[in-house]
Amino acid sequence: MGSLELRQVKKSFGAVDVIKGVDLTVADGEFVVFVGPSGCGKSTLLRIIAGLEDQTAGAVLIDGKRVDATPPAKREIAMVFQTYALYPHLSVKGNMELGLRQAGAPEATIAERVKKASEILHLEPYLDRKPSALSGGQRQRVAIGRAIVREPKLFLFDEPLSNLDAALRVNTRLEIAKLHRLLKATIIYVTHDQVEAMTLADKIVVLNAGRIEQVGTPMELYHRPANLFVAGFIGSPKMNFLTGQVAEKAGATTVGIRPEHLSLSRESGAFAGVVAHAERLGADTFVYVEADDGALLTVRVIGDTDADAGDRVFLTPTGPVHRFDGGGVRVGE
Amino acid sequence: MSRARTSLPRTIAAHGILITYTIIALFPVILIVMNSFKSRKAIFASPLTLPGPETYDPIGYTTVLGQGDFTGYFINSLIVTCGSLAGVLLFGAMAAFALSEYRFRMNTLTGLYLALGIMIPIRLGTIGILKFMVGANLVNTHLALILVYTAQGLPLAVFILSEFMRTVSDDLKNAGRIDGLSEYRIFFRLVLPLVRPAMATVAVFTMIPIWNDLWFPLILAPAESTKTVTLGAQVFIGQFVTNWNAVLAALSLAIVPVLVLYLIFSKSLIRGITSGAVK
Ligand SMILES: Nc1ncnc2c1ncn2[C@@H]1O[C@H](COP(=O)(O)OP(=O)(O)O)[C@@H](O)[C@H]1O
Ligand SMILES: [Mg+2]
Repeated sequence: MGSLELRQVKKSFGAVDVIKGVDLTVADGEFVVFVGPSGCGKSTLLRIIAGLEDQTAGAVLIDGKRVDATPPAKREIAMVFQTYALYPHLSVKGNMELGLRQAGAPEATIAERVKKASEILHLEPYLDRKPSALSGGQRQRVAIGRAIVREPKLFLFDEPLSNLDAALRVNTRLEIAKLHRLLKATIIYVTHDQVEAMTLADKIVVLNAGRIEQVGTPMELYHRPANLFVAGFIGSPKMNFLTGQVAEKAGATTVGIRPEHLSLSRESGAFAGVVAHAERLGADTFVYVEADDGALLTVRVIGDTDADAGDRVFLTPTGPVHRFDGGGVRVGE
Repeated sequence: MSRARTSLPRTIAAHGILITYTIIALFPVILIVMNSFKSRKAIFASPLTLPGPETYDPIGYTTVLGQGDFTGYFINSLIVTCGSLAGVLLFGAMAAFALSEYRFRMNTLTGLYLALGIMIPIRLGTIGILKFMVGANLVNTHLALILVYTAQGLPLAVFILSEFMRTVSDDLKNAGRIDGLSEYRIFFRLVLPLVRPAMATVAVFTMIPIWNDLWFPLILAPAESTKTVTLGAQVFIGQFVTNWNAVLAALSLAIVPVLVLYLIFSKSLIRGITSGAVK
């Protein structure tokens, strides 16, 4: 059991409004990812849900009950931090036990849950070590273990992978996805990385400057971005935006075409331009084309291409062309 | 150190500077200790020579230990210094934690008010303090001195410690809150161990002026039973004659306890820097 509801939550630090009215519902067992550029208020929103920060206005409900006056330890939540935040004076075991011990759980329960969590996370060999004797990845697993043993209604993750190296990040991402399937827990996960959001989420919440831009499944956000911000934020490489004549012809102020929805040709096409640079990754190639009207367009070509800097090429849309009005709101394809 | 980053001339220069500084700093101390073991005549005749078979004379020490209750004075000094130190570190750290951790109205103003004491010497308030101590019936007690020295040490302690406490990770404190630790547990178990080097620094800076102070013991606690070492040593300095043997012996003896306290703190200072640095 673990559903969450936010009603018109607002937060100001002095005169600065950081969260400007957020409404959101999270169903039991859902994996929700808050994604947005850094400084947009993701961590602040997560800390409000955890009770570490008081909202200036609005209400937080966990399982239908208002928790505005409930301290963090009583909200039945667990949190995993970017910096791991392990207790330096306690062993791995001690770190995992502390929360239960504070809550007055019987010794047998504590031992059983620590055993189970350390099995899931392969932490058995390290139980008696201090955090200072662990690697970054191991520390993050301990931090996750500390959250699991509490069997909370709500797991809160604040950029848990940001301090890991690239290879470890992919591994831990898989571990977290598996963990969600295993525990069937409600998870709220904060990240600034749209790849993490796309790969993990049941539901993505795109935040920008303290407001929700769009809520939806990863594929909804990819196929039908509600506005220019979401269109530019979700997808890699970034969506191409065109204004001026091209857009006017389509009856919009701006049109957006994803790099994978453009084809490259040497003979003819909708737009003409000169190749500025080609990035070869093996599986695919990103070709940056300077169009004749000045716009810089990215094209994703599967495999390799012979196009190189200075070549004259033509581009043609092969997929949806997203249309946006003067306010940046999507009006159709 | 890696061999690539050291060079012989640079090592010699660095050590030369350090050794010169050490000699300059230690010279007066060695002079005092050396002369405290010599006869009065030898002190004046050849102050820079080591005590030899003819010039050796423990008269200073026998005078000091024979006259007055010098062991008692030592114990008084220790009680006052340790008591004040405990007060400064405990209350200073608690105030610093509150200032750095909690957002409340007038936080900055309170911090400034507390830091003001660094610039305004507490001696300016001597008359008020004396009146207060007389009224509270605390004259000639250890407590009077401990209270005054705690007040004297707090501004600098709060100032230094609150800067250090700002550097302790918010995530760590928040993890403690989610696990249900009280603010006191968070302060004592999570934050204090991480600012131990700063605590040691504050302890050393606080301790020395208290141990050496003559002013407040003279005014607030001059009785035989509460006299501190510094005050006790004054009996040998007269307006017309000064018993140099005794003064030098008393000073030599007074160095010992400070040295011990310093060694204790400097050890924990080094331990604080080298261990427990977990991100
Ligand atoms: N304690 C605080 N006091 C003042 N401003 C804060 C505080 N915490 C966060 N902010 C501000 O709120 C904004 C959002 O911060 P945060 O939620 O940490 O962003 P994110 O996690 O999305 O990167 C930032 O502009 C930050 O400067
Ligand atoms: Mg953040």
